[in-house]
Amino acid sequence: MARIIGGVTTSHIPAIANAMTQGLEQEPYWKRFFDGYEPVKEWLTKVDPDVAIVVYNDHGLNFFLNQIPTFAIGCADRYENADEGWGLKTLASFDGDAELSWHIAESLVNQNFDMTMCQEVLVDHGFITPMALMWRHFPKWPVKAIPLVVNTVQHPLPTAKRCYQLGQALGKAIESYPEDLKVVIFGTGGMSHQLQGERAGIINVDFDLLCIEKFIDDPEWLTHLSNDEIMQQAGTEGIETIMWLVMRGALQPKAKLIHKHYHVPISNTGAGVVVLENMEKQ
Amino acid sequence: MTWKKHEYDDIPGTYVFDGRRSHQGYALNKMAFSFNRQENREEFSRDKAAYCRKYALTDEQTAAVLAADFLSLLRQGGNIYYLAKMTTYYGLSIQDAGASFQGISTQEFKAKLVEAGEGFEEKMQKLGGYWGG
Repeated sequence: MARIIGGVTTSHIPAIANAMTQGLEQEPYWKRFFDGYEPVKEWLTKVDPDVAIVVYNDHGLNFFLNQIPTFAIGCADRYENADEGWGLKTLASFDGDAELSWHIAESLVNQNFDMTMCQEVLVDHGFITPMALMWRHFPKWPVKAIPLVVNTVQHPLPTAKRCYQLGQALGKAIESYPEDLKVVIFGTGGMSHQLQGERAGIINVDFDLLCIEKFIDDPEWLTHLSNDEIMQQAGTEGIETIMWLVMRGALQPKAKLIHKHYHVPISNTGAGVVVLENMEKQ
Repeated sequence: MTWKKHEYDDIPGTYVFDGRRSHQGYALNKMAFSFNRQENREEFSRDKAAYCRKYALTDEQTAAVLAADFLSLLRQGGNIYYLAKMTTYYGLSIQDAGASFQGISTQEFKAKLVEAGEGFEEKMQKLGGYWGG
């Protein structure tokens, strides 16, 4: 049977992708941020996943505002990156796992999550930045990848609670797949940042650290936050942190903490990294 | 016909991108979405006003596009992620845009971010268990 070995949270902002393209990892501005990913890479090497499910939001590459699904899943054998007008380098395509994707979609729909199923997805910086953070040192992507896209762009957005519940259903979906696969889930985005308006540039360290602590030990606490409260505390783009809860919901309540890392500012953002590992089933 | 009020409407200096704004800015964001393609960026370069007409922008939106006034575009229904495709075209980073929203320089904007994060390492140490904390 397929098994979720653990999950990783990470920011996915394009400034990180640009820094990697330009090889700036050891520059003073970036060093502490990137060095904090080395234990993540070591953990990934140790647990050696077969598939990564990347939970992210599209920023106007694959979806336009004519059609915005609340939750969508890629169901293809391959995903391409493309020019999104942000001046980022286009990365190599990603192998998917269509059979697993369709199994997850079916299971989620049967658990009352009405997913949008996509046989083509152009994956943007929200997807490629985490993949590159984890595996750019490999000559080719060492895992298959599945995009799981959450609308955090056009309100009304799903609630934190709904994202957590989706994660719980995702966990059941994956662990009912008959093939012996090791699956890792990336919850991407956040933490505090606001790109827009006169309030742009807010950073809320106290709230970010509180969210990290609760995320690890008491994720239910986060599900009681309204999107209004999160935007008040963490900024309009800080709302992306709700996507972490998809990852958290899919993991065991008492998953083991492997690593936590926080750095601020990275561009406009408080950047939080948490690695959690599921216990072996008894 | 009325747009429902939301709690988030009261967050100062903030333009939450909801149905009302998405409706208002649809043509503008559609034009910005077209900037995903190099050939469209080139067409925009050749005659910016004509490109705005092609996407049926209002006169006020067109004026703001031609002036690269991103705060005005935000107020006219622009979504920040779509506007970022346009700021990139104009050679501006998202931090340049953030600075322009506040009428300060990018250096000042960056300094404010650093200031907002000050003390984070001490806070992490207090909580304990963080990498390099």
